[in-house]
Amino acid sequence: MAKYVYADNASTTPVSKEVIDAMMPCFETCWGNPSSLYEKGRDAKDLMDDARERIAKVFNAKANEIYFTSCGSEADNWAIKGTALKMREKGKNHIITSKIEHPAVLNSCRALEKLGFKVTYLDVDEYGVVDLDMLRCSITENTGLVAVMFANNEVGTIEPISEICDIAHAKGALVFTDAVQAVGNIDIDLSKLPVDMLSLSGHKIHAPKGIGMLFIRRGVNIANLIDGGAQERRKRAGTENVPYIVGLAKALEIAKEKLDDIPRVRKMRDRLISELTKIPYSKLNGSRENRLAGNVNISFEYIEGEGMLLWLDIAGIAASTGSACSSESLDPSHVLLAMGVPHEKAHGSLRLSISHETTDEDIDYIIETLPGIVKKLRDMSPLWEEVEKAKIKN
Amino acid sequence: MKYSEKVMDHFTHPRNVGEIEDADGVGVVGNAKCGDIMKMYLKIDENDVIVDCKFKTFGCGAAIATSSMATELIKGHTVQEALKLTNSAVVEALDGLPPVKVHCSVLAEEAIKTALADYYKKIGRPVDFEIEKSHEGEE
Ligand SMILES: Cc1ncc(COP(=O)(O)O)c(C=O)c1O
Repeated sequence: MAKYVYADNASTTPVSKEVIDAMMPCFETCWGNPSSLYEKGRDAKDLMDDARERIAKVFNAKANEIYFTSCGSEADNWAIKGTALKMREKGKNHIITSKIEHPAVLNSCRALEKLGFKVTYLDVDEYGVVDLDMLRCSITENTGLVAVMFANNEVGTIEPISEICDIAHAKGALVFTDAVQAVGNIDIDLSKLPVDMLSLSGHKIHAPKGIGMLFIRRGVNIANLIDGGAQERRKRAGTENVPYIVGLAKALEIAKEKLDDIPRVRKMRDRLISELTKIPYSKLNGSRENRLAGNVNISFEYIEGEGMLLWLDIAGIAASTGSACSSESLDPSHVLLAMGVPHEKAHGSLRLSISHETTDEDIDYIIETLPGIVKKLRDMSPLWEEVEKAKIKN
Repeated sequence: MKYSEKVMDHFTHPRNVGEIEDADGVGVVGNAKCGDIMKMYLKIDENDVIVDCKFKTFGCGAAIATSSMATELIKGHTVQEALKLTNSAVVEALDGLPPVKVHCSVLAEEAIKTALADYYKKIGRPVDFEIEKSHEGEE
């Protein structure tokens, strides 16, 4: 069989066998509406309640702090827009976020700006860490929410959420963190980490696409986004997706167990970084240490990312890029640009995101395959031609 | 987004990649900031026939494929014929491009016209055609 290496786990993950097995009874037998009073409904409700309890346990939270949503994007939208609508009642209209958030957060904030809210987009340093001084300077009594992601999806940078909570809470602002990428990589204990809200998404941790979750700490009150029936304690309407909720619970439990395996993933990541940055004119984007265990993001100068992806795909390797060509817009990755990476280097970025399913052989294969692809593309690049000519002259 | 088999063929086996040392016309279009640059080299004989044509491209799969196809479409043809090559002819020859990639074919057309303008200047012929500059004004 042809070699296949999936190195795009930050994009999505395959649903695991255990998760499928856990979900099957919800389709086959317990398919009732959890709001119904008869047995079929009660059975479904029991499964859902049990899932909620188990998820709460994973995060050391309470079951009534867990709200299921249709995806990570919905949870992000809800946390931000729901908080904005509520804080306006208290006369607050300022939100602080960062320049490197996922579009679900950035575009929610932009939508609120159109409604008259003021938004500050925090700068990041060259490694993608948010500028805490800028946070301290821009936060006022008028700030109702600080929304900063737990870990970045493109460069894997882990943000100082604990310190952000201290700064925000001192001014009476709520803190929301998008933990979609952090979950499964970092142990999150919500009895210790004082965030007010946290979002996550199932499909990044081997549950299906189309299930997300928002943790809302007890005592924190945000406006509803999806109005309708009384589901999710009247906070989020819509007949619950019981199978996926059960799948999410299973996936989160497994992800927690697998945290023990993170040092091995980190080792594979470090080997990829060490070997791939040996390619001339390459540079790691983000921090060497302060990054998610499975994230590698490297820019290769004088070539463009999409070409790399196409050749990698032919070689059976799935990866992603921050190049504009893959984004359907003219600009490359907003994250790399915010970190000060020049446009031309951002166009040549490659993200490899590995997981505990990745093997040492997979890493070997990537290390063997990529240099040839970079060379092939450089050999037909007019920019590389100039570099080579300059070398001959000197 | 999916590329046609033709596009993938020209991307994986680009025709006429390289440089021409003593080219009669050279054209460079695009910029690194926008993520694509095409450089065209033309060798033209005394009868205005493009006897050789080579390219180098920094850019996505579509940029490489359109450059490759454009060189094939003009090689062996006269300068007058090459001036008539439109971006849509390149797209058609590639069995289509995804809509977001059509600008790559525009760049290929520009690259050829820019190289031809360079040739005209070199031989002292007035440049009597216009080149649309798709990347100008994009900051
Ligand atoms: C950081 C981050 N936030 C939010 C999302 C959106 O999650 P979903 O695809 O479930 O809407 C993603 C993934 O696409 C992500 O990486």
